[in-house]
Parts: sequence; C-alpha cells; structure tokens
Amino acid sequence: MYQFRKIQVAHHHKEFHKGPQAHTHDTHSTAVHTVKSGTREIKVVRRVLDVNDQMAAQNRRLFADHGVFVLNVMSSPGSGKTTTLEKTLAQIMPEIECAVIVGDICTTNDADRLAVSGAPVVQVNTDEFGGDCHLAAHVIEKALGGIDLHGVQLLIVENVGNLVCPAEFDIGEDARVVILSVTEGEDKPLKYPLMFRECDAAILNKIDLLPYLDFDMAEAVENIRRIHPDMPIFEMSSKTKEGMAPWLEWLKQQVQKKQRV
Amino acid sequence: MHEMGIALQIIEIASASIPQSETPIQVEKVNLKVGKMAAIVPDSLRFCFEIAAKDSLLSGAVLHIEEVPVRARCKDCHDAWTIGEPVFQCPQCGSGQLDIISGRELNIESIEIADDET
Repeated sequence: MYQFRKIQVAHHHKEFHKGPQAHTHDTHSTAVHTVKSGTREIKVVRRVLDVNDQMAAQNRRLFADHGVFVLNVMSSPGSGKTTTLEKTLAQIMPEIECAVIVGDICTTNDADRLAVSGAPVVQVNTDEFGGDCHLAAHVIEKALGGIDLHGVQLLIVENVGNLVCPAEFDIGEDARVVILSVTEGEDKPLKYPLMFRECDAAILNKIDLLPYLDFDMAEAVENIRRIHPDMPIFEMSSKTKEGMAPWLEWLKQQVQKKQRV
Repeated sequence: MHEMGIALQIIEIASASIPQSETPIQVEKVNLKVGKMAAIVPDSLRFCFEIAAKDSLLSGAVLHIEEVPVRARCKDCHDAWTIGEPVFQCPQCGSGQLDIISGRELNIESIEIADDET
C-alpha cells in the first residue's frame, strides 16, 4: 500500500491519503475469429499501460490548466538527486514558485531535506520494504491532493532511485532529466539506454570528485551522445555548485516556455 | 522489476475481454507483444503471470510473448534500420534525428479460449 505524506516542516509528517489503485473497466469492440480447432482467438489489441497513460494524460491536462511545468528527475540511488534539487530550489526560489513530490520506497529523509527550501513537499512512500521501483501516474495524481497548484510554476518530481523502471512510466511530465554521477562509471548510458533515450537533459554530477577518480568525462559524454545525440548535458557539482549556472538557466527557460503557452 | 504489476494489469485487461457467458470460460493463451526496449524481462513476466493468474479464469493460461526488435527511422534521410546495440545514430547519414518506430511495445494482442462451438 502506498503512503503519502505531506511534509510541511522537517520531522512533522501528516498522512493525507491512502487509496486503491486506479482501474478502468471500459469495454472494447472485440473481433472474433477461429485460430485452430477447439480454440477461439479474441482480438484485444490494448497497451498494457493504457491505464497509466490515461492517468498521465489527465495529469498533463491539470498541469496545463495551471500553467505548471513538471520535471521528472530520475537517476540511480545515490547520484545526488536530492542534493541537486536542494541547491536548485535554493537558487531559483522565490523567483520561481516551486513544489516537490518525492518518491522513495521508505523514509521521509528526502522530503525533510527539501522542505527546508520552503516549497510544499509531498513524500510518497511506495512500501516499507521493497515497494514499487517507480512512480506511476496514479500515484502522482493522489500526491497532487496534497499540493495547491495555484501559483506553482514548477513542480519537481523526484522519482524512486532506479535507472530502469521509471523511464517506462509517463506521469504527465513536461520534461525528464537523468542525473549520472561521475562515481557511477562512464558506461551507464550504454547499460541503461532506455533511460538516456527517454530523458530530455542529463546532469553529470559530482565533478568535484574527478581528481580522485579515473572517470573519463569525454567518454561519458560520448556514450550519452550515442544514445541521445542532441541531449543537453550539464557537467556540475551540486555540492560545490560548480557548473550549475547552465543547468539553472535551462530549467528557467523551460518554465518560462510553459508559462507563455 | 515491476513485472508483477504488469502481470496483474494483463490479467485485468484479459479478464475484461472474455465474452459474457453463463459458464465461466477459461483462457488458454494470452498473446503479448513486448518491445526489446520495454523495461520488461519476459521470463520474469511469465513467472509473475503464472502466480498472479491462480484462482482466476487465466489460471494455467500460456503467456505467449512475441519480442519486437527496436527499429528506427532517420528523420533526415528516411532510412530505417534495426538497432542491435545501443547506438541511436543513422548508419547511412550519421544523423541523430530519428524516430523509434518499434521496440517500446507492451501490448496484449489477443486471448485464446476454448471454442465450444466446434
């Protein structure tokens, strides 16, 4: 069972919603023909993730109505998603009004850290032990019950740390960004091509550690380019804020573009 | 990693596709198309499906998975090719502007049920 906690101030958690998964029971036209003796084949032809995609479309309409730009942030665990968001929020607020949904299997550690920014934060816990590996559209829809979107210009969704599954689930976002830290190795884009293919921008994080590593930056960039040739890549350190300016500039531009629509 | 959730969704969609009947109709086979770039491991999905289908009209049904290769078409020279290794660049003109035309599928194509009319 999912748990949603609205985080108001650090170490003060309020559970506001628990609910069953979204289901649809729509009917479909079915063409019937015989395939082999004794068996009848019934055409179905439906995407298995239809329910998710419909919910994502509903989220997208809601975001469009409010003029909110939604950023889905994905990476492996420990790449610096939360630190990147902490530093990002600190530098773009209050110029840009932000809200955050943060997904984790358990704990509210990330939400506590992000709530310090003053932005409304909702923590989604997928389960206490070994819960879901990604945030799906219906989870975002429920989490939105804890956020007043009026006046919000940027909603950041910090997905569950995982380079595989979150890439498969549309949540109604406008853009996706993947964070790869230099401690993870240059070959990760080739190992997780779907993630790097699906994202609109990549952050190469923790460059302050480069003097202590054998990480080959040129090779990492080349590997990202093989998967997604035109993707903007931001080499930076969220810890020291080195190289963050182009990333912040890109993000602000995306938010402004959405507001103009 | 989320194969169990996918298996449950397949069972829900397949169950809703069984024709209305006074006697329960058992599903014998579910035909699925899974793209090579869908984050799904066919063996894990079959394993989860078998467990999740117990006590349903899909109990014992075969999950037939047709894997779909990743194919792309170049937006510049319109060449189309199958992507074997993770390089998303046109082999003809070198352009990185391309459309993925297959390989992301996760579709239920059909179900097969016992035909009492034959």
